[in-house]
Amino acid sequence: MPFIPHTDDEVAAMLAAIGAESMEALFDEIPPSLRARGIDAVPPGLTEMQVARLMTERAVDCGAPLCFIGAGAYEHHIPAAVWEIATRGEFYSAYTPYQAEASQGTLQLIYEYQTMMTRLTGLDVSNASLYDGASALAEAVLMAVRSNRATHSRRVLMPRTVHPAYRDVVQAIVRHQGITLEAIDYDRAAGAVDAEGLDDTPGEAAALVIQQPNFFGALEEIDTLTDWAHRRRMLVIAVVNPIALGLLKPPGEWGEAGADIACGEGQPLGIPLSSGGPYFGFMCCKRDLVRQMPGRIVGRTVDVEGRPGYTLTLQAREQHIRRSKATSNICTNQGLMVTAATQYMALLGPEGLRRVAVASHANTTALVERLCAIKGVSQLFEQPFFHEAALRVDADVDALLDRLADAGILGGYSLKRDYPELGGGLLVCATETKSGQDIERYATTLIGELGRV
Amino acid sequence: MSEIPADLRFTSTHEWIEDEGDGTVRVGITDHAQSLLGDMVYVELPEVGRVVVAGEECAVVESVKAASDVYSPIAGEIVEVNELLTEGPDLVNKDPYGEGWLFRVQIAEGGDLSGLLDADGYAEAIAAEEA
Repeated sequence: MPFIPHTDDEVAAMLAAIGAESMEALFDEIPPSLRARGIDAVPPGLTEMQVARLMTERAVDCGAPLCFIGAGAYEHHIPAAVWEIATRGEFYSAYTPYQAEASQGTLQLIYEYQTMMTRLTGLDVSNASLYDGASALAEAVLMAVRSNRATHSRRVLMPRTVHPAYRDVVQAIVRHQGITLEAIDYDRAAGAVDAEGLDDTPGEAAALVIQQPNFFGALEEIDTLTDWAHRRRMLVIAVVNPIALGLLKPPGEWGEAGADIACGEGQPLGIPLSSGGPYFGFMCCKRDLVRQMPGRIVGRTVDVEGRPGYTLTLQAREQHIRRSKATSNICTNQGLMVTAATQYMALLGPEGLRRVAVASHANTTALVERLCAIKGVSQLFEQPFFHEAALRVDADVDALLDRLADAGILGGYSLKRDYPELGGGLLVCATETKSGQDIERYATTLIGELGRV
Repeated sequence: MSEIPADLRFTSTHEWIEDEGDGTVRVGITDHAQSLLGDMVYVELPEVGRVVVAGEECAVVESVKAASDVYSPIAGEIVEVNELLTEGPDLVNKDPYGEGWLFRVQIAEGGDLSGLLDADGYAEAIAAEEA
């Protein structure tokens, strides 16, 4: 479908029809103090040729560093077929189609995506995706508060081992809706929530959030935590890495009853690292919560002749029907990212996904062992990890990372700002993309830099 | 023309109210409302024990083409809900004044039904809406 902008003549005709003098006049009712007067930080426009040149120069400046940063976005090998298929004309749109009669291919793809996600998370239903991992968690928190009729509580327990940026985003979205996030501290030795110590947490809550693996890469005691929360009539919101689910227990099987909602960042499934996006969020839940789930859902049905067909379903939750009472007014859907993720999962299959997970875990284990053999480097926490781990380095971590970057190595994520109590920690990650040589190069460079800092 | 039983009371938001004579009322949506909404696919009922004020939203009826809030016609406490609707929301279409009832309210102290419409009043309200 081509994008057809209005011509000046058409704009003039439309303005004349409604009796407005100009486009500007349409915004008159917004008080001047609330209106943006241009965007200072954005420079004037450039031509396509100038932009192409600028971007080429920037790319050269960036070089091709060896990346050991995870912290929520992960470098994985993406089979060439993934984007070859995703960018075909038939799929090349960022939006979920709502015209079933014109969009069977895309709708079937989303249906298959949903099926894959429910199998990966062990839950009953998946939506067609959300904006990103952090906003998916915010939506999950809102959904849990709406759904939990047993407690009617507007408190949600949010461990500090949940991604700090996710916690910020959730706070920004829920704070004006009368929802309180209660921070739960972590065990300093384990690097995970102390499941035994939770009994001191006072009061009722609508939900407990559990990130697995957590922001430190460490594994939480999901079964104990899930059962603890369910005994207190809370819902359990799982924040999970989809690659890790190739190896770890799916949220639907946590504890005795399973997590109620699972959400997370879909980027590891075939989306390249690119300045923070576009990525996509995913969300799955138990069947009895489906009417409180935000976002679109594609269903499979039959047409008048009994042939299978696909269409959006359960739309009464959505804003075009429920207006202000919709389960979410975010309908921006990362359709193209989901197309890539679906191709990625289809190409890898369960066994391929498991191998990526195993290789990522093995490489991170090798990286941690190698780095911790260096004097002045040790592991921060005792808890087992998946493909990311926190290290203590006897040096100014931020300065060290700058020097490593100069040497072409992105050495990890500094924990100093988000976890000052750790006195400077370094979060490192090695996915299946890293070789033994890469790890050795990091170690050798680090030894050199530690001698200098 | 939809059915408007003479022995019931009504609201302008299309709820019907039946006085049970024991301090409770039974509430549902009218024949007119169900015919406008079309085939019901889901009914979200309030929790038993919930205290409501008159005019408070306490249920949602969802049809193939719309979802609508249902308001409590009177202040009180929800004492019973129609569990049959969980599996059979179409009862609201088939028998709106009988098996398709939604919930029962124990009327709060001092409350009465005098502010509600009678059958003629409701018929006028519909006519005004359609005019």
